Amino acid sequence: MKKLSDLAKTIRSKNAGVDKITFDIIFTDRGIYEKVLRSKALTPATVAKLYAIDESRIADFVEYDPACAIKFTIFRLRPSGSAGDSDIFGAQQYAPLLDVQVDI
Amino acid sequence: MPSIKIICPNGHLGFAPLKPDSFQRGVAAGPDFIAADSGSDDIGPVPLGTDTSTSPEAWQRQDLEAMLLAARRIDVPMVIGSAGDTGTNSRVDRYVAIIKELAKKHNLAPFKLGYFYSEVDKERVRKAIGSDEPVLGLDGRNALSEAELDATDRIVAMAGIHPYRKLLEEGCDVIIGGRSSDCAVFAAPALHRGTSEADAYYLGKVLECASFCAEPYGAKETVLGAVNGSGVTVTAMHPDQRCTIASVAGHAMYERSNPYDEFVAGGRLDMRDCHYEQIDPRTTLVTGQKFVPAERIRVKLEGAGKVGERFIGIASVRDPYTIAHIDDVIAWAKAQVVERFGQTGYELHYGVYGKNGVMGDLEPVKTPAHELCIIVQGVASTEEMAEEVCMTGTRQLFYARLPEVKGTAGGVAFVLDEVLKASPAYRWTLNHTLAVDDPLELFPTHTVTVGA
Repeated sequence: MKKLSDLAKTIRSKNAGVDKITFDIIFTDRGIYEKVLRSKALTPATVAKLYAIDESRIADFVEYDPACAIKFTIFRLRPSGSAGDSDIFGAQQYAPLLDVQVDI
Repeated sequence: MPSIKIICPNGHLGFAPLKPDSFQRGVAAGPDFIAADSGSDDIGPVPLGTDTSTSPEAWQRQDLEAMLLAARRIDVPMVIGSAGDTGTNSRVDRYVAIIKELAKKHNLAPFKLGYFYSEVDKERVRKAIGSDEPVLGLDGRNALSEAELDATDRIVAMAGIHPYRKLLEEGCDVIIGGRSSDCAVFAAPALHRGTSEADAYYLGKVLECASFCAEPYGAKETVLGAVNGSGVTVTAMHPDQRCTIASVAGHAMYERSNPYDEFVAGGRLDMRDCHYEQIDPRTTLVTGQKFVPAERIRVKLEGAGKVGERFIGIASVRDPYTIAHIDDVIAWAKAQVVERFGQTGYELHYGVYGKNGVMGDLEPVKTPAHELCIIVQGVASTEEMAEEVCMTGTRQLFYARLPEVKGTAGGVAFVLDEVLKASPAYRWTLNHTLAVDDPLELFPTHTVTVGA
């Protein structure tokens, strides 16, 4: 088992427009990227469980081979910057991904 | 064979200053255009609602000055999109004024300045609501209702290439745009030079955030994008940065729901079949992009509506028993606000840092830290009420009644015994699209000769 943060070069989150937050997990080594895909550590189901959200809140989930990246996007419950929104840029929502255990 | 070289020194001009060294290297590389976008909806709805900039004018002026002096010196057009963060009319006017002041300050030879506006009258949008072509919602939103329109204070439309091309065809040396798709700022000059739509829009897509498409990470450095025949090349101008297959392909994903499609007024850039090739250590060549024209031009609208005046309160907690029962503490304070103001007519929000202040319900860690900071936001229609809602919701944390608490002299610590006035609360009311017959309808253009 390895932690995702030990395998990926970049793990980030950011607004994708005002109604969604997108997450990018980018690998530099294609072999590791493919192993992570095969491990099924990151799927719509595992991500939904990690963030305790319904899978219907996941707008997109993409395995993006040209960049060796896994990318998913979730709907916000309220638009960015509404009163009470704690992360206007959506930039600090990725932390739980760092510790995801990957079976490789 | 169509060719073009464009440099972009900044991904959101004004938000932080450009880095001069790589910019000067970019200028020395002999670009045909110097271009940057100056806007973003990342900054939330407040600047659009209040018609202000989130960027300091000094930083806007500094970058405009660097770009204007370079562009006039080497005699190439300068193109700026989404003036002043939001691209409202007042922001365009401000950038136009800055350009005129800089021309005078530096005694520049006469040049032609073009600009266009992007604000949309609410009545124009209202006409569409009941028509055969309603104002469609993006990202899962419903079609726009009259009620949501009425709740909106200001709307900008997102320009595609059209007003830029018109101003380029009119021979403008400097263009200041209202709210625009980032990529249009670069795509329009490329199309003006005769490149394919696919290459033009990809060029825009890759340049829009300047050095975000390069590695190692380092923002606000200049990159150079080029089309020469077919395909797009992108080159880092900072000597220690490189545009690699990974960094360029990675940038295609940035800030978007999926990495394959870029939607603009008039069509969609399809990046599914993009092929990336490293052609020198700092340059990547991209081919295989496609552009799919839209059957009907729909222009994106951004709108912000005021929710109310807003105050912020701060309280913190160290007692482990109180921390374990923090939800009860907050429930007490909320109940006191309800007792005084009723259930509706205001908003009261609690962010509990040390528990889930950053992530809210998305936070998987359920064990709180040994100390908590609570940020209270009170929003109401008047300043007086917002202050009192926030004050009640903050100060009553101090008096929360927990049955077993040892510390009976006050349940929280205060940094300040007051609440702070914040910007008014706004919300994004429009994230929609409006159908238009004429792609220039929402973007009136103007030109003026500056200098002499």
